[in-house]
Amino acid sequence: MPDATHAFPHLPNLPGVGYKPQHFSDILTDPSPVGWLEIHAENYMGDGGRPIAQLRVLAERFPISVHGVGLSIGGEGRLDPDHLLRLKHLCDWLNPASFSEHLAWSTHDSHFLNDLLPLPYTDVTLTRVADHIDEVQTVLGRRMLLENPSSYLAFAESTWSETDFLAEIVRRTGCGLLLDVNNVFVSATNLDYSPQGYIDAYPLEAVGEVHLGGHDEDEDDHGAPLLIDSHGREVVDPVWALLDYTLAKSGPKPLLVEWDTDVPDWPVLADEARRAASALTRVLA
Amino acid sequence: MTDQTAFHSGLLNPAAPVPDGLTDAQARPAGRRYGVYRNNVTVSLREALAEGFPSLVGLIGRENFDHVARAYLRQSPPTSPLMMHYGAGLPEFVASLDQLKHLPYLADVARIDVAMRQSYHAADSTGIDATALQTLDEEALLSTRFDFAPSMILIRSSYPIGSIWHYTLRGGDKPAGQAEDVLILRAEYDPEPFVLGPGAGNVVQALQNGASFGAAIDQGGDAFDLAALLNLLLSQQAITYLKN
Amino acid sequence: MSKALKTVAIVGAVAASLAAHTTTATAQAKEKCFGVSLAGKNDCAAGPGTTCAGTSTVDYQGNAWTLVDAGTCAEIELPAMADGTARMGSLEELNRDLPG
Repeated sequence: MPDATHAFPHLPNLPGVGYKPQHFSDILTDPSPVGWLEIHAENYMGDGGRPIAQLRVLAERFPISVHGVGLSIGGEGRLDPDHLLRLKHLCDWLNPASFSEHLAWSTHDSHFLNDLLPLPYTDVTLTRVADHIDEVQTVLGRRMLLENPSSYLAFAESTWSETDFLAEIVRRTGCGLLLDVNNVFVSATNLDYSPQGYIDAYPLEAVGEVHLGGHDEDEDDHGAPLLIDSHGREVVDPVWALLDYTLAKSGPKPLLVEWDTDVPDWPVLADEARRAASALTRVLA
Repeated sequence: MTDQTAFHSGLLNPAAPVPDGLTDAQARPAGRRYGVYRNNVTVSLREALAEGFPSLVGLIGRENFDHVARAYLRQSPPTSPLMMHYGAGLPEFVASLDQLKHLPYLADVARIDVAMRQSYHAADSTGIDATALQTLDEEALLSTRFDFAPSMILIRSSYPIGSIWHYTLRGGDKPAGQAEDVLILRAEYDPEPFVLGPGAGNVVQALQNGASFGAAIDQGGDAFDLAALLNLLLSQQAITYLKN
Repeated sequence: MSKALKTVAIVGAVAASLAAHTTTATAQAKEKCFGVSLAGKNDCAAGPGTTCAGTSTVDYQGNAWTLVDAGTCAEIELPAMADGTARMGSLEELNRDLPG
């Protein structure tokens, strides 16, 4: 049912937030802090009811970013054709301003593990991911954005840096990128490299959206810091600083605040969105 | 090389060793870094089940529930990325556990949790105008068959599952020892479990199986209150079509 | 009950339910509620959603476990069911481990 005549063609260079149903009324009452919303695709694949009714209302007023978490683009097996068709159905009726997925896998031997699992960066995995992205873009009939993961470990067999791997995927598939600066900070801390160096090496010209989120702090077996990408608290100052560093090089981008666990009341999330707005203001000044 | 079969092998098994080829930045074995993924899988699925089974959590407490959920998720991880449907097999699993054998009503109450979610995400539908029944002549009334809303779900039990569900999640009177049939109905967006009166479960089941109105009513028995059932179905927009 | 009597009873019940229903329908003003339902009512019915976040909660526990006394089932005491198919107990009755 292609009823999205209101289509917003792209995400604006404004703050957005990950949409949570408990914020529905607040967002409609005071939409000023956000210029767009992001949803997890899989939560809107039911047959009907409140989730889809709410989404129809929100899509009339806000550009929507559809963010998939279940396609398993980095998986060894073929993409789930049923799931790809569900995504197509959602994108067809909603006509979102953006579709994005993760450089990760989550399905193996028909088990869906509900986590974004890592893959080594090799010639073999590069070809596989690029083939999967080609298939997604062909079936959906739209360009997708690919998000960099949070890494907690490294693969001995990797032969590509993550930034080169992403750049080569962009070159082969024409996809765009979703740059999660919290993930950069988490991965750089966990794997002991410079987050600014990562940004310097990253193909910023392909970025269509930037993610921000909070993380937790733990440590590994040797007492080294191990950050966990929990999306359960405010974005920390070093990540805001990394955002400033990134925007100074990339120019303004659509900025998303993700808060998925221990979700706060709307004013707290709105404050995070305002802080993202001020980062955008600084880069334009 | 660490293929996904190797990486996957330890995610659902806490006793499994960390797969080879995974390291920290100094090329030392990954150790508890791999454990982050194991925790993510285990805890996210455990939390998902807890969110989906509020009455079961209330009945046995969160600590017991977490044990049940952990054992279930390792035996039956999701087979679809649609987490809204995860846990449909948990009632059957609960019924199989020795630790819970003395609480035989648990599985049927857990089926209400599953059905509430199914109803919440079911396709939208519109109930018939109540007067449509009135316009039928007597013969047509007795021979008519009903289509029901996709969000309507009947759960029949030998236990007072509706009363237990209410007592656990909303308080009120303690359940009495009686069998109950529960009909989940969703007039707009919020499904609600209604305890049916005597005989009404037989009638609804017969109607769902395609029996005519007249034949279904014959299944109700002496204590069946037809007006009460019709009022419930009509007020909750449960009848979507009349066919002859 | 003869067919004629049954038909009369059914028609009467339909009429009664329609009268009741008209009142109910009027009382429920047709305002679509897109928001989340009233607190404590059905908020859980949506069930779990997806996540792209990790957790710092640790869970390395094995599968063996023992029931501890908790939850409302400890308060629910039911007599043997009338049909004799089952006897329902309270939580205190049995605490034991899984075999193995």
